[in-house]
Amino acid sequence: MSAATDTAGSAVPLRPGSAIGQSVRDSLVVAKRNLIRMARIPEMLIFGLIQPIMFVVLFTYVFGGSIQVGSSTSTQAYREFLMAGIFAQTVTFATAGAGAGIADDMHKGLIDRFRSLPMARGAVLTGRTLADLVQSALTLIVLAVVAVLVGWRTHENFGKVLAAFGLLLLLGYAFSWIGALIGLSVRTPEAATSGGLIWLFPLTFISNAFVDANQMPTFLRHIAEWNPFSANVQACRELFGNLPPGFQASDAWPMQHPVWASLMWSVLIIVVFRTLAVRKYRSATA
Amino acid sequence: MPGAIYAEGLVKTFGDVRALDGVDLDVPEGTVLGLLGPNGAGKTTAVRCLTTLLRPDSGRAVVAGIDVVRNPDAVRRSVGLSGQFAAVDEYLTGRENLQMVGQLYQMKAKAAKARAGELLEQFHLAGAGDRPAKTYSGGMRRRLDLAAALVVSPPVMFMDEPTTGLDPRNRQQLWEVIKQLVSGGTTLLLTTQYLEEADHLAHDIAVVDHGRVIARGTSDQLKARTGGERVEVVVHEREHLTTASEVLHGFGKGEVALDEHIRRLTVPVTGGAKLLAEVIRELDSRGIEIDDIGLRRPTLDDVFLSLTGHVAEEETAEGAEDTSAEGGSGTDSARSTRRKEATK
Repeated sequence: MSAATDTAGSAVPLRPGSAIGQSVRDSLVVAKRNLIRMARIPEMLIFGLIQPIMFVVLFTYVFGGSIQVGSSTSTQAYREFLMAGIFAQTVTFATAGAGAGIADDMHKGLIDRFRSLPMARGAVLTGRTLADLVQSALTLIVLAVVAVLVGWRTHENFGKVLAAFGLLLLLGYAFSWIGALIGLSVRTPEAATSGGLIWLFPLTFISNAFVDANQMPTFLRHIAEWNPFSANVQACRELFGNLPPGFQASDAWPMQHPVWASLMWSVLIIVVFRTLAVRKYRSATA
Repeated sequence: MPGAIYAEGLVKTFGDVRALDGVDLDVPEGTVLGLLGPNGAGKTTAVRCLTTLLRPDSGRAVVAGIDVVRNPDAVRRSVGLSGQFAAVDEYLTGRENLQMVGQLYQMKAKAAKARAGELLEQFHLAGAGDRPAKTYSGGMRRRLDLAAALVVSPPVMFMDEPTTGLDPRNRQQLWEVIKQLVSGGTTLLLTTQYLEEADHLAHDIAVVDHGRVIARGTSDQLKARTGGERVEVVVHEREHLTTASEVLHGFGKGEVALDEHIRRLTVPVTGGAKLLAEVIRELDSRGIEIDDIGLRRPTLDDVFLSLTGHVAEEETAEGAEDTSAEGGSGTDSARSTRRKEATK
């Protein structure tokens, strides 16, 4: 054993480059680590799929004929209306995954290890959120296939459909930063999971995701219209061509310009929560 | 010229708890300092401050010639951290763990990969290198953890309770690894609750209690403080106690202490093994049958007791609370529970 005799300390070939370059590389190293973990714990991905698939099937067949959207009560109209809502809900659940993962790393001492290394400060969190983005993309692909199997169809060109999925992933990425902050703030992975999920239910239900918000009481309707989540759902419906016949978009600005609203919301969430999470990470004491 | 690890008046408080209450340390290059103390004494907080994980409230710390508070990133490039709280990813293989750490030390991917292979060989993990760390035994995991701290062969190493929870065989093995490391010139600060461990590995020992260094010196110096060596005799027959006491009085440098119940006599001496041989011959010539005889030197347990007025182990229960205060969020105690489970 010559670990010590070989004083490679300074002789180690270090990577050259700028701070931004280092930040990107470190983030990718951490993302790779999280992706390897994901591949070795496939249960996580599978369980993450069961819930949205259940929602697709339950909402389609149980509520399918009884919820009026726009002027239509047809099962097909609701089916197409519904999918954007379930896709969006699914990507926001990445919040819980990111939160639990980071809380687990804290708990096990890995964050301490990372913080003792000369690496870019935000890289541990960026790496995690990037890996979650990949997971969200995989989940969306499977979910879209299931949706098509139960009769979901798009009525716009392929570019627009892809743009919708892009918006969904951006929203999911933004929400995983909220999860990162939660994960750094709680003491156990369990707390991070429940802390990451509870508020998602009111957020996703007081929205246009599952019902036509126009039919809500005024007070709730206003909340729903300005909910970042609703903007995303509305944008996806437009881009998928899934707005039901006779649907009247509300006059609220986000509902009139849902694509812009969704983009702005997502960027705002990323800027705010990334800043808070990285600051928290710097001072994180496990 | 301050040493490779230097601290002056380090203070760190968590709420009402003064985890560090003015710690001074000076570890000359290439030597090992053992930071010895019970749970909650402030050992971990000291290591966390010196490795940039915590910012001290006041005081100054210089590691490898770099100020810890002013230039934490440069310090991180020069230190390796292993032990109680720096972990490995259990779902990654040993090789992947080491490679990741190498890359995060800013090595190129290829160099990090080669270095990972070398370290696996050196730490006798080559056969297990491509298995997830989850499948490793407690000892293997600690070796991997240590290897991760050595990826860039840092000039200064910190090990926080490196052998806590290991069985004696694995502890011995790890001690060997640490000794080889130190013989190569690395400066090491090691915290331990095991008095034997500090005695075994450290050149100098600093005894910490309640966030302060209450004594420092070599193991021998500390032992000398507690009183020198003494001869202890257990006689077979109770009626021989008086005669034996006379013999010991003749050789000794002080009062002969008597414990009638276990027929044991103790006397402070100078003269070491040579004197012991004379005592044995004398007792034998007087026909005194001996159950046990020996030259006793004070253990670090005795040192601790005489310095702090309490035994090191007694503080464990209280210490668990203190430890969580150290971490500032309570996860430390959860972690130590997990460690215990993991090593079962």
